Amino acid sequence: MSKTTPIHISQDARADHVLIAEMVSRGARVLDVGCGDGALLQLLSENKDVDARGMELSRERVNACVTQGLSVIQGDADLDLDDYPDQAFDYVILSLTIQATRHPKTVLENLLRIGRRAIVSFPNFGHWRVRTQLMLTGRMPVTENLPEAWYTSPNAHLCTIKDFVDLVDLVDAKLERAVAFNSSGYRLPIHRSLSLQNLLGEKAVFMMNRGSS
Amino acid sequence: MKHLDVPVTVHQTIAVAMSANTTTHTSDDGSNRSSEVTHPSSQVVHFPADAPLTLDCNKELAPFSIAYQTYGTLNKNKSNAILICHALTGDQYVASAHPMTGKPGWWESIVGSGKPIDTDRFFVICSNILGGCMGSTGPASLNPKTGKPYGVDFPVITIGDMVRAQVRLIDHLEIDQLFSVVGGSMGGMQVLEWAANHHDRVFSAIPIATAAWHTPQNIAFHEVGRQAVMADPDWCGGNYHAHGKVPKNGLGVARMAAHITYLSEDALHSKFGRNLQAGSALTFSFDADFQVESYLRHQGSTFVDRFDANSYLYITRAMDYFDLALEHNDILAKAFTGTQTRFCVVSFTSDWLYPTRESRDIVQALNAVAANVSFVEIESNKGHDAFLLDEEVFFGTVRGFLDSASKKRGLS
Repeated sequence: MSKTTPIHISQDARADHVLIAEMVSRGARVLDVGCGDGALLQLLSENKDVDARGMELSRERVNACVTQGLSVIQGDADLDLDDYPDQAFDYVILSLTIQATRHPKTVLENLLRIGRRAIVSFPNFGHWRVRTQLMLTGRMPVTENLPEAWYTSPNAHLCTIKDFVDLVDLVDAKLERAVAFNSSGYRLPIHRSLSLQNLLGEKAVFMMNRGSS
Repeated sequence: MKHLDVPVTVHQTIAVAMSANTTTHTSDDGSNRSSEVTHPSSQVVHFPADAPLTLDCNKELAPFSIAYQTYGTLNKNKSNAILICHALTGDQYVASAHPMTGKPGWWESIVGSGKPIDTDRFFVICSNILGGCMGSTGPASLNPKTGKPYGVDFPVITIGDMVRAQVRLIDHLEIDQLFSVVGGSMGGMQVLEWAANHHDRVFSAIPIATAAWHTPQNIAFHEVGRQAVMADPDWCGGNYHAHGKVPKNGLGVARMAAHITYLSEDALHSKFGRNLQAGSALTFSFDADFQVESYLRHQGSTFVDRFDANSYLYITRAMDYFDLALEHNDILAKAFTGTQTRFCVVSFTSDWLYPTRESRDIVQALNAVAANVSFVEIESNKGHDAFLLDEEVFFGTVRGFLDSASKKRGLS
């Protein structure tokens, strides 16, 4: 279990970003895959003095990041992670992006190869509201965390917390930390069972490593 | 250099002078040209005969000179210097008027007070490349052994040689580490050469619209240009200075062909379409009926007045020879092993001469060594020349990158 330190950041910061920022140690080398507008990179640079790099698919967002002075390249998590050498970073982060990749398993394996630790956050398709909507309406759920209709959503591979735990096992990674939380940032107590976390968490952040094997 | 800014309709008379069968060269030996070769308007540093430059072709060049311009003020720590590397037909007049044409500096859009490369904050250096014809030693310079211009006796030089000459200039200025090295096209090749082979002297690097090696297509276009020059009888086997001639037609055609590669089809369409010269109809002749013809002829004819034909041969050759991966078993990443330099790689969507794919190869190599790299592809329909033109997003990129790098460097 890695040591975490609380940080002081603005109210607007995304709940998963705050959680991730707590997990990252000061001065680390970080790659944020799918860094979007660079909010997490900015947060980490300001609070954790990290060597922050980003990769983003959208050209406009890359341009916006670089204009802000962030080290970001235009690239695709499915295609361009192969270029990076083993263990090049202390942390490789994939925040709310894995569900939009074409090959989540390969991407996760790449994260674990490039970074000493991988941190992945994702929306939990096992949340009770999602389950209830599907059960009651018989249609693909549309919620605050999954706001788009199935035909416009970029989310190609949605999963539940339990599914993700299985994937971590499948790729032989060691789970260091897993936190389920809801949109307001409320974290479910860790002692809750996996089934309860899967039912009550709207999103989750997992920190993993390749282990000693 | 801002090619598209030249109004189109005024070129008819020049166009006639450029038409294939007209020769207007005999009385013009380019005396204005040669004075800038031997006595440039800019500052010059002379490296004496006992301080030769060892070239990639294993020859030594001595004595040699490097002409350069500076803008802004070098700070006390000498930590705010930015070297700008010019492209094939550029020169040291990056942010001040060209002494022969009187035109504004070729990159005044981006270099100057308050501009993205801010001369209020940075000390900007731009030198004429080795092999050039604006005061740095090149084929038009006098060969000390003969007292006459080198011509084709000038040794074949490489991008590596050009950069080694720049290193000597930076040594002369007593600058240990450049805050940044910036350049587009062939300037970008020099940036990569600096970063790969002089990495401890480069804090940050901005290679723009460039490539780590010249592709067969790039080489092919250059060969067309060189053949045009050498096919001109006035080239005189490279010895035109002695005959009081200038291979204007050949160099003009070379420039015209090259110029097409700097533009996108889109840019040609929107600028000229199939428009005819003002008020004219088809002449059923080989005169310049179309605006695009007139424009290219103008580009050709103005170019020959300011550029040495042999310089054009040598510099295009240097670009063709450029292959940064060659000495690393074709693994480009190895050229950057252990680099601490911060990179900002920039490409433009409509640049088909140095397409984004080439920049991506550079980024891929830098990622492979976990270098600190930003990579931006700028949306533009202006082709390769976009890097010389007003592209707001590009300016924002350069400004943002340099701001962030200056913080890391401890500059303001």
